[in-house]
Amino acid sequence: MNRIDQKFQELRRRKEPAFIPFITAGDPDLETTRGLVLELERRGADIIELGIPFSDPIADGPIIQASYYRALSKGLKVSQVFECVRGLRKETDIPIVAMVSYSLVFKGTPENFVARAKEAGLDGATIPDLPIEESDAVHLAAKEKDFKIVCFVAPTTTPERMSRIAKGTQGFLYYIAVVGITGVREALPPDMRENIQKLKGMTDKPIALGFGVSTPEQARAVGQVADGVIVGSAIVKELERYVDRPATERIAAVGELASRLVAGAKGRL
Amino acid sequence: MKVTAKPSTSQILPDERGRFGKFGGRYVPETLMPALDQLEHEYLKAKEDKDFKKELNYYLREYVGRPSPLYFAERLTRELGGAKIYLKREDLNHTGAHKINNTMGQVLLARRMGKKRIIAETGAGQHGVATATAAAMFGLECEVYMGEEDMHRQSLNVFRMKLLGTKVIPVKTGSRTLKDATNEALRDWMASVKYTHYIIGSVVGPHPYPMMVRDFQCIIGEETREQILEKEGRLPDYLLACVGGGSNSIGLFHPFIDDTTVKMIGVEAGGIGLGVGEHAATLSYGKVGILHGSLSYVLQDEDGQTSPVHSMSAGLDYPGVGPEHSYLKETGRAQYVSVTDQEALEAFQRCARSEGIIPALEAAHALYYTTKFAPTLGKEKLVVVCLSGTGDKDAFQVADKLGVKI
Repeated sequence: MNRIDQKFQELRRRKEPAFIPFITAGDPDLETTRGLVLELERRGADIIELGIPFSDPIADGPIIQASYYRALSKGLKVSQVFECVRGLRKETDIPIVAMVSYSLVFKGTPENFVARAKEAGLDGATIPDLPIEESDAVHLAAKEKDFKIVCFVAPTTTPERMSRIAKGTQGFLYYIAVVGITGVREALPPDMRENIQKLKGMTDKPIALGFGVSTPEQARAVGQVADGVIVGSAIVKELERYVDRPATERIAAVGELASRLVAGAKGRL
Repeated sequence: MKVTAKPSTSQILPDERGRFGKFGGRYVPETLMPALDQLEHEYLKAKEDKDFKKELNYYLREYVGRPSPLYFAERLTRELGGAKIYLKREDLNHTGAHKINNTMGQVLLARRMGKKRIIAETGAGQHGVATATAAAMFGLECEVYMGEEDMHRQSLNVFRMKLLGTKVIPVKTGSRTLKDATNEALRDWMASVKYTHYIIGSVVGPHPYPMMVRDFQCIIGEETREQILEKEGRLPDYLLACVGGGSNSIGLFHPFIDDTTVKMIGVEAGGIGLGVGEHAATLSYGKVGILHGSLSYVLQDEDGQTSPVHSMSAGLDYPGVGPEHSYLKETGRAQYVSVTDQEALEAFQRCARSEGIIPALEAAHALYYTTKFAPTLGKEKLVVVCLSGTGDKDAFQVADKLGVKI
């Protein structure tokens, strides 16, 4: 069974939401990435969302874009990200989901990308610039390999699309909490609870919420209604603060933040 | 087949999924999908609406100054000693370029959709100025994203936009040029889509933009067709235009697609060399990939990361190209070549001296190829070159290149 499904089954039994931190591969180097994955797991993360840097991201905010830029300016290659994951698989079984632009997936064919990702030890991918209409090729390739393509629903998504996406998604469903791009926000939107309830009526798959979650209190609020809490920009921002410090300090600082967010998400504040 | 003034172009492309063959489509975040659906729906409705057409034609005539002349470049023709050269004078439009054909259409559409705010990206600043102009005329709030590097190269256009009441937002990410401005504008739109219309300036981006911008720019080719039939009694043998994103060229080409005797040549920016980062000749040297929401030729590395590009001309300095051009290339209907910075600079000066017309650096690329190509053709052949804009905006940059202090 795919590690993502296994993890959600286990969490369902424990009646706990998943805590899913996002980090950018190669920010500022792959050694940090390796250390962070292990540290985040130790701090209670359930699934890792691993961003594969892209030169022209349109779904990501300035914080994540800057992290992509840091990684790419050192000449990071997709093959090195896969290599890093392959190395990690000797040390951990935590589910890892890539976040990757379709520009990178398409280059050299979706079949090839999925095969390489799966072989490296990734369990699935979210492709933020790939709407359901254009996703047949990658879904087909992924199904063959039991590789999960996690789809997005936004507050602007119409009910018809919502049900189509809920059917198509694998592993879990990614609910974008706010209209716009990833980033740190003060308040979570009021229609969040209502929309998640609506989605739960359409699918049995777990629903994780992201885009804008940054504090332990917000993580708690999300954890009460969703099956998973995704935190991206806040974590990347914490790392950015320590980017000129030694890797061990960086990793420890992000770990501290993760501990607080885990406590929030799991209602143990 | 009898040649008619009205183009017989069967408007079957793109298909209902926004595809020109395999090119085009929609590769955008879910947040934007409903907005694109709405835009497509409203646009197709407007297109069939006689009142919308009437209104657009009114402003194109009374405000933009259309039709633009199809001018016989007699001296240039004589000097070159080959085919007869006609220039489609898009530089004579209000704001000095073809860009306003599209922005007038899209601003009218935004009004129909009840959107009060307009955003745009701009490279050379011509599209930004054209957007700012149309927005000012209809009293709409307008913000334009522009790469810092381009703001520096095109400071005159930045000032023009400000005079027109538009806020110019400097983009400091990536290469600080057109592609980065496009990223930022798309991001803005994702967060503001409820009350904002995003006017893309070229035939790029997700469906319906490549189709919609093309339709608005087709006025170039439609007029050319009528004008050349009136002057010469027949269709031209060759159409030439510069290609960055590809809007002036597709506007000229599209109404002739079904006329197989009319050959089409798109001229890309060859920059300063063939190496990565030295040119912006996407169709000549790129590969099929995805950028800014559509599948088309792209300049990218083996991973799919966008490559750096260069052209002296900010309007051509873009690593992608419209999907319809990719289709025309793949089917062999159009041919694409490239011209270097230096060559464009030569044509820029030649056009000024021989015809008393200072062309935009972008258009100078097409003109240069014409000066090499026309002499190889017989005197009975007819060539139409799209003079997409005026070179007034480029005066400072060209002076600098020529070592002249203004």
